[in-house]
Amino acid sequence: MVFSFDLLINAVVSGILIGGFYAAVTSGVSLSFGILDIVNIAHPAFIILGSYIAYIANATLGIDPILAAIVMMPVFYVLGAAIYQVYYVSFEKRGQESLRGLAFFFGLLFITEVTLVLYFGVDYRYVEARYIGPSWHFAMLDIPLRILVPCLVSLVLTASLQIFLTRSFLGRAIMAVAQDQLALRLMAVDPIKIKRIAFGISIATASLAGAFLIIIQPVEPSVGREYIGRIFAICVLGGMGSLPGTVIAAMLLGIVESLTSTFYGPSWAPAVSFGFLLLTLAVRPAGLLGR
Amino acid sequence: MIAAGPSNANGASANGAAPALLEIENLGKRFGGFVALENISLSVPPGERLGLIGPNGSGKSTLVNCICGTLRNEQGTVQFGGQRLDGLQAHQRTHLGLARSFQLPRPFVSLTLADNIRIPLLYTVATRRGSHHAAHEIEDRCGALLCQVGLGDKARRLPRDLTQVEMRKLELARAMAAEPKLLIADEAMAGLTHSEIEDILSLLFRLNEQGVTIILIEHIMSAVMSFSRRLIVLVSGRKIADGMPDDVMRDPEVERAYLGQ
Amino acid sequence: MRTPVFLLIWLVICAAVFVAALALGNDYIFFAGYVVLQYVVLGTAWNILGGYCGYVNFGSAAFFALGAYSTVAIYRLITEHEFYRMPIPVLMLIGGVVSGIVGFGMGYLTLRLRGAFFAIATLALAVVLQTLVVNWDYVGGSRGAYIIRPEQIAPFGNYIRYLFLIMMLLAVAAITTARLIEHSRLGYGFASIRDDELAAEASGVPTLRLKLIATTISGALMGMAGAPFPYYIGYLQPSSTFGLDYAVNSIAMPLIGGTTSWVGPLIGALLLGSLQQIATVTISSAVNLLIVGFLLVIFVVIAPNGIIGLIHTYLQRKPEDFVGRRRVEAEMPGQVP
Repeated sequence: MVFSFDLLINAVVSGILIGGFYAAVTSGVSLSFGILDIVNIAHPAFIILGSYIAYIANATLGIDPILAAIVMMPVFYVLGAAIYQVYYVSFEKRGQESLRGLAFFFGLLFITEVTLVLYFGVDYRYVEARYIGPSWHFAMLDIPLRILVPCLVSLVLTASLQIFLTRSFLGRAIMAVAQDQLALRLMAVDPIKIKRIAFGISIATASLAGAFLIIIQPVEPSVGREYIGRIFAICVLGGMGSLPGTVIAAMLLGIVESLTSTFYGPSWAPAVSFGFLLLTLAVRPAGLLGR
Repeated sequence: MIAAGPSNANGASANGAAPALLEIENLGKRFGGFVALENISLSVPPGERLGLIGPNGSGKSTLVNCICGTLRNEQGTVQFGGQRLDGLQAHQRTHLGLARSFQLPRPFVSLTLADNIRIPLLYTVATRRGSHHAAHEIEDRCGALLCQVGLGDKARRLPRDLTQVEMRKLELARAMAAEPKLLIADEAMAGLTHSEIEDILSLLFRLNEQGVTIILIEHIMSAVMSFSRRLIVLVSGRKIADGMPDDVMRDPEVERAYLGQ
Repeated sequence: MRTPVFLLIWLVICAAVFVAALALGNDYIFFAGYVVLQYVVLGTAWNILGGYCGYVNFGSAAFFALGAYSTVAIYRLITEHEFYRMPIPVLMLIGGVVSGIVGFGMGYLTLRLRGAFFAIATLALAVVLQTLVVNWDYVGGSRGAYIIRPEQIAPFGNYIRYLFLIMMLLAVAAITTARLIEHSRLGYGFASIRDDELAAEASGVPTLRLKLIATTISGALMGMAGAPFPYYIGYLQPSSTFGLDYAVNSIAMPLIGGTTSWVGPLIGALLLGSLQQIATVTISSAVNLLIVGFLLVIFVVIAPNGIIGLIHTYLQRKPEDFVGRRRVEAEMPGQVP
């Protein structure tokens, strides 16, 4: 273990930037799990799907991956809305969401992952763009642009989502549906429709998150699995539905992961996020800024 | 506020009756910033028929949850049979002799009615009397309890086949199956017809005669008045009256807060 | 039907199956059958916590792998110190104890969490355990571990036949255990926890204690299934041994077969397991997970009561006839905690 201040600073900064990206990745789950109470364990699979779509657009048409992802967001939204409809009719209505709903998403995770394997194989795929490759050198800091750009756009995404949820009628209806469905009905708003929209938005964020992912690192279908723990750890630590909390928790996790990886080696990295999760669940299930 | 009869420090009534079965002192419960219960104190002697009334949201069910261990109260103590219940799990309190029915029925949906009754028999009664409880005795007891509440012919059915009213009866039967010393019936009579109310009331009277202390939580005033020997009124988390039913009903504060002018 | 009779019937069936497999003359049937039987144990074990109690465990792989790695650790110990080779049944017992203890520990840490959080916590625990093993060089770390499987063993001939037989006996033990639980006071307690934990507590059921029993038994059985695995596969690799694939299979098989009884995981494992073996041979092994994923989603949406439920609907009987068929056998009351 070689300790140097340079290494430390870079690890911390790198952690913060990755954390910004993690926040975007988790924002969808903050919506579906934190607010709607739907344990969509397949969310990482949709992110990987987004990665591959960005890859196709980039490899065949030369389009910037983030742009491609934004264009695909409506498609992902429709997919999310459709999935929620099936989920609602099959499980929520029957009150069986705990076991069978979970199994449903688990199945979707595998279907998505294996379909990608069968279609694309297990080779790592990556995208090319002008900001992938160069780094910013700033004093002792070495910031790769391929991490900085997704981090910045992630924060924009998360901020927009937060504004939407707190300022617009639809957004506030979504926040309300978690707390009082009856009150919503009395205001002539159909809670099921609201939840469908919210879940659609949740999956739509996965499209963008997928683009971020493949910019930051090469992707192959099973990469999603390591994100399951990260996402839920951040969601719980961040307070289940609080987007500001998600950002803080994401950066915290990013920093700890980065430090562990730099000074102890990357083979311990998976344990960090999942260990974080266990710790949070054991000690403070309400998270940092919990409701 | 009208108080109960004079009592001395350890909760026994001044006329020398047995010490209280249930003793609650300064119980308080908050949910975040919302104060659900504040400074609740009451004393229930064994064999009592206590009525608990109050508007919706006044904290009656919260009080029951705190007594039975489903919720933890931050302040105050609950004593049952002279033993403090702090830290005891709900099932341990049931083993001690405390039983309750839920205001919104919570049946075991994948089990038949008979099996619903069987659970408390297997896990509360059998553990008390020692482990040599023959299977057919339990079977008979299930049937008998279901008959007592008028569900005898539906023993093999599932709860989803029941009406709301029948589910409340099942709730009561399940609480009775635990052979409690103190039974808390939380709105067991909502929606029942007059004669069904009479049936449940006579059932509760019979139980009381056999020595079971009963706390009846109800909105049906006729039932409460005819059943209770003592009446407690809860409004906004506070106890505003505690005494003989007729006295309580004439208390101006009770009239104002609960009954209307 | 009393348990000894049940056991006898199944032992006879096992003998018949074994003889039939021998008669086929191709040892491949033992290799494939071993995997299917392994899933019978895993699915049954999972169902004890998942189907009976309603607590979804995503960490099946961890318990399975712990059993496998305890075998590896003992193997290393023996070859280094030249003791005699430990017989597999003993290894199973050890694997079972190790996984049982971990199951208990996991339960103690996580069972106070409500449904979804519990499931996620089990996943987290599995990954943490995996990371610990991958970083433990004694059992090979990320490079994996080699176990040399003996070629032959008297009187069976090829060693794989011996492994097959052992796994078959373990499968019988698993379904017998599940059935025993179902028909005992413990089974009623589990069902009450699954249906309404709050009401169960209020009825006097010591829910935490029962849940701990469930996780311990479930974990122990999974560990026992994992103990012979290094001998079966020869080379143990942490990424696949701890893989999510075990998790999805041990969840899918009971859900597809039916979660309310010991029959469900058995049917699910036999059908799904065989299907996967056939697919591996004819198409590719990646397709396995696709099949499992699809069947899981389809069944969970369309047939929530699994194959058992479908059979009963087909036979025009209502599922509650089956669900309600819990009998407390005369010799049982009060004996099971």
